[in-house]
Amino acid sequence: MNALPLWATAIVALLLVLAGCATLIGSVGLLRLRSFYERMHAPTLGTTLGTFCVVLACTLVASFAQHRPILHEWLICLLLILTAPVTPLLLLRGAIHQRQGR
Amino acid sequence: MNVLILNVAVGFALLCFTAGLACASARLIAGPTAEDRILALDTLYINGMLILLVLGLRFEAGLYFDVALLIALFGFVGSTALAKFLLRGEVIEP
Repeated sequence: MNALPLWATAIVALLLVLAGCATLIGSVGLLRLRSFYERMHAPTLGTTLGTFCVVLACTLVASFAQHRPILHEWLICLLLILTAPVTPLLLLRGAIHQRQGR
Repeated sequence: MNVLILNVAVGFALLCFTAGLACASARLIAGPTAEDRILALDTLYINGMLILLVLGLRFEAGLYFDVALLIALFGFVGSTALAKFLLRGEVIEP
């Protein structure tokens, strides 16, 4: 933890605060928005911006601690990029089917 | 100084993620339709994964990363299976 210079600490702290705010806004939106089609959009804020900021902060801290680039946290980002659109697509199709069935 | 700044940022991020967990749990309990509940479950998985990633950043332990990766993987599999079940009535089609 002491290997981190001050500017890198500031960047990491900024990224963590940004990720926390984005994820909190997304989750509050999931709770507060009115219809299901509006609620669909809110949690993607946490999935994309929150995760990317946290992973970037993790990469910075680990790279400064071990004095070489540590990139294996980006595996989570890759997984989320590949898998994030699948579940909302299926959920939306299910919701549209149910609305047409009524 | 560095450790203080990092501790404050990590504490703030953990607080935000925990509040997000509470919001998603409220939607999971209250949600009017089943799709809302699946969406809330997905948000719960993402928030839990972010908490583990931030804890791994603070304590510099590699084990947290593996757990976060597994949570992301199983969250995707679980919510997709539930959504597929709602769409078709069965998870694996013959």
